[in-house]
Order: sequence, then structure tokens, then C-alpha cells
Amino acid sequence: MKPLAQDPTLNDFGHDPWWIVLIKVVVVFAFLVVMTLFAIWYERRVVARMQVRPGPNRNGPFGLLQSLADGLKLAFKEDIMPKLADKAVFFIAPVISTVCAFTAFSIMPFGPVVSLFGHKTPLQLTDIPVAVLLVLACSGLGIYGVVLGGWASGSTYPLLGGLRSSAQMISYEVAMGLSIVAVFMTSGTMSTSGIVAAQAGSDTHWGPITAPSWYAILLLPSFVIYFVSAIGETNRAPFDLPEAESELVGGFHTEYSSLKFALFFLAEYINMVTVSALCTTLFLGGWRAPWPISLWAGANSGWWPMLWFTIKILLLLFVFVWLRGTLPRLRYDQFMRFGWKVLIPANLIWIVALSGIKTLQKSDWDGTKRTMVVVGVVILLLIVALVWPSKKEPEKLTVADQIAARPDGSFPLPPLDLVVPVNPRAKRITASREEPVTVGAPDDSTGPKEA
Amino acid sequence: MSLSPYVPIVGLFALAALFALFSVAIAPFVGPRRYNRAKLDAYECGIEPTPQPIGGGRFPVKFYLTAMLFIVFDIEIIFLYPWAVSFNQLGVFGFIEMILFIGTVFVAYAYVWRRGGLDWD
Repeated sequence: MKPLAQDPTLNDFGHDPWWIVLIKVVVVFAFLVVMTLFAIWYERRVVARMQVRPGPNRNGPFGLLQSLADGLKLAFKEDIMPKLADKAVFFIAPVISTVCAFTAFSIMPFGPVVSLFGHKTPLQLTDIPVAVLLVLACSGLGIYGVVLGGWASGSTYPLLGGLRSSAQMISYEVAMGLSIVAVFMTSGTMSTSGIVAAQAGSDTHWGPITAPSWYAILLLPSFVIYFVSAIGETNRAPFDLPEAESELVGGFHTEYSSLKFALFFLAEYINMVTVSALCTTLFLGGWRAPWPISLWAGANSGWWPMLWFTIKILLLLFVFVWLRGTLPRLRYDQFMRFGWKVLIPANLIWIVALSGIKTLQKSDWDGTKRTMVVVGVVILLLIVALVWPSKKEPEKLTVADQIAARPDGSFPLPPLDLVVPVNPRAKRITASREEPVTVGAPDDSTGPKEA
Repeated sequence: MSLSPYVPIVGLFALAALFALFSVAIAPFVGPRRYNRAKLDAYECGIEPTPQPIGGGRFPVKFYLTAMLFIVFDIEIIFLYPWAVSFNQLGVFGFIEMILFIGTVFVAYAYVWRRGGLDWD
């Protein structure tokens, strides 16, 4: 077992001198900007590979400088202020989005305690007792940027896109917030460094293979719900309804151009990195090395954990891109129904079941009492399932019945006796598919040759 | 000299705010400016834009309902978090209390579901 003494705890934070705080702030800021530039390139390359095309490969090695070039291009584009826009709000909306996206990352743990210019400090900007709540608060405030940007544009598509985004983000924020309750129950803390420490040290050994004690395995339903709602929360495909190009042009940022648009874009990608980093921290063991690497004694000390943390984030980002490359976009009503009628009740039932199991494990009851409680719960569930009202679908009426059911005085109907003639082309195609072509058939010589 | 653990959050906030405000402020100066009346109209894929009432106009009441439901569940989450953190100390009493609380919210949830408040037509 690795020594756990170097694990930072809440008491280790707040002792940095101002210059270390300054260095850390700049490093986290730079990390997020570089990650955004990298993630855009990464997404374009991966999705291109999935669609069997090369993707950006011209600017810099492997096209790595493509997103930097795009960002610079955006800076030198014309900054358009629409005639009907609410000027002040139009200006401030991208700032709100960006600032909230950056601030949310301030509590992410990158690694253990290291020595920085002779000063021992944890590889984490800061940690507070309500760290995870800070992330949720920032993503909640970030919605203001989206909805105000859509509203202030003074145009129809952005207004609808902004409303859709805000409804979608608050719905999925509920599901996301509920899904991490199980993590707090198991770890007993809300500080991110504490959650990482709680996931270490109780690995299960199956012969040579060591299963990590990650909450992704221990609390699998929470992990799945968290990831699904994280995709909804960041407006990514297949839940990218606010930017549904076929319906809303570009959604809330349709009227934005130049650096203001770039800020919205930056905020969206930082949010992706943030939810991936939070997922890594809460469910995938944080900065700790996964099993084969953790056999090496030095894997969880020094600066190496930053690498494992970044790799885990990139793997999760890959899943984001993978989903985008694979799944079609949902319809809005399907999407909202999924959030409110599936994710939220599933979450609540899972929380109650988990707390019940944990309470039962802790209680000093003997085996018979425990069995009786379990049997009682099962019987209760069966009774509920038996008396659950079944939904009756109204019977579909035929057209003739519908006409007969019309009240007197309805508008007149034309005679509904239209017979659609069979398309001669369709007939030929069916014939050629069904019957083998016979030599000397009358149509055969005149018909077009099959390619 | 050491700083409170909340100070670095303010530091990152300030740096991000400076960066964002700077970007928004210089955008009109570094880009070109070529006036064109059509450019300043609302973008609606090339057709004449629909007239907009001052102040944004009206939108479906459905969105208000979603926002209100969000408040109910967000408050539930806020109450669940401290309970979850101290779950190990609370024991059976905490479990039963939380079942009662979740059950109460669930009644409101079932009511909204049956009345069609969660249906998006």
C-alpha cells in the first residue's frame, strides 16, 4: 500500500504564500486555455477519423495549431452589434459565461503535496469544505450568460435557443446534483481532495488483478446518471438541442461574432473539461494512477499524478466526441421527458436504496431481522407494482369513424375517395427485385440498364 | 503570511474576469468595420426578420413551469447534501427522516407528473 501521509487534506490548504497562489492561479488559467485549444483540435481529429476523413492537419504538427489559428482569426473579425440588441447585456453575457466556467475549475485536485521552490504545497489551487457545491454553483450561474445572451440579441432564434438552453441546463443540473449525493454518502465529505483520498486504499484483489476502489464501480448507477446529465448540462450531442442547426441556426449565439463568440466557445469547452475533471475526481479515483501503473511505487507521488489526471480527462473527452460521432440528436420533448421522468426518479430511488442498504449494514440487528426487512421491502415493492395503474391508450379511430364522430355544423369535407395511382417506376423496381429477369420479357429491352 | 483557502478562488475569478472583459472591450477595435444595413438586422436565414416587440416579447409558459420545478428539486438537493455528508453519524434516525422528506417531495412530483406538468408537447 502506498503511504497515504502525503495525501492533502482540508487542513493543508490556505497556508500558501501569495506568490504561490499567484503561480497556481496563472497555471490553472493556462491549463484551461491550452486544454480548450487542444480539445477543439482533438474533437475535430477524432470525429474526422470516425467519418473516414483526415481532419485538420495543415497548421503545425498534426494540425495542432489549427485552433490557435481559428482563435486569432476570430479576434480580427468584425464585431457586430445587432440593431435591436440590448447593448449592455449583449456585452456582459459572454463575460458571465466565461468567468463562471473558469472559476468552477478552482477546486480540481491535480495531485498530491509537492515541493515548489522549497515550499511544500498541494497540487491543487485550493480546497474548501463545500468544494463540489462551488462547481454546481458556477455552472448554475453560467446559465445566466446563455439566457441573457439569447435574450439580449433581440432576435427570434437566439431567444428560443437561450430559453431552450436554460430549461435544459437547469433540468439536467437537478439530475447531476442528485447523482453525486451517493458519493458524499460514501466518502463523508464534499471537499474534492477528501473524495480522492476516500477512493484510495481499499482496493479489491482478485488474484493478480487489482480492481480499483473507484466510485465508478462502487456506485455504478450514480456514475452513469452523472455522465448522462453532464452531457445534457454541457449542451453536447446528442443533447445539443440549443444549437440544433436545422431548427435554430446557432442557438443563443447566432448574433454573436468576433471575440464575444470566441468567449462563448471557450466557455463551452471549459465546461466540458470541468465536468470531465469532476467526473474523474468523484468517480474515477482523481489523480491516482489506475491499476497497472499503480504497481510502480512512485506513480502516486511527485508531479506524475498531473499526467494521470490529464489522461483521464482526455479519455472522458473522447467519450464526448464518440457520442457526437455516433448518436443522432434527440427531439426536445424526448429529451426533457428523459431528464424529468427517468433520471430524477431513478436517482431518488437509488439514493433511498443505497442509504437503506448502508443503514442495514451498520445496524446491530442479527441475520433474521435483516432478512425480514429485506423480504418486507420486496413484498412492499411487489404490492406497489400490482396496484400500479396501467396506462390505457385511447383506441385509434379509423378515418370513417372520425368523420362519423364529427359534430353537426362542422366544415364540409371533400369526398375522401382519392386513389393514389401506383408509380410506374416503383412498379418496375419491385418487379425487377422480386422476379428474376426472363429473357425476352417485353419491358426488358427498353428499360434502363441497371448500373 | 498565508491566505484563506477562499482567496485563490477570488484570484482565478479576477483573472478570468480581466481576460473576458479585455477580450470584449478590444473586439470592436481590432476588427474591421464595414457598415451594411442588412448586417445589423436580426439574422433569420436571409428573409426579412420578424418584427420583435421591445423587450423580448412572449415565450411559452412551459419554461416558467420548468424553472419553478427546478427550484423545488434544487432545494431538495441542498437539503440532501448535508445529510449525505453526515450520513455515517446519523444512523437509522437520519435514514427514516430522509425517507419522509424524499417521500413528501415525491408526492408533489407525482402530482405534477399526473397533471401533465412534465409533458412537453
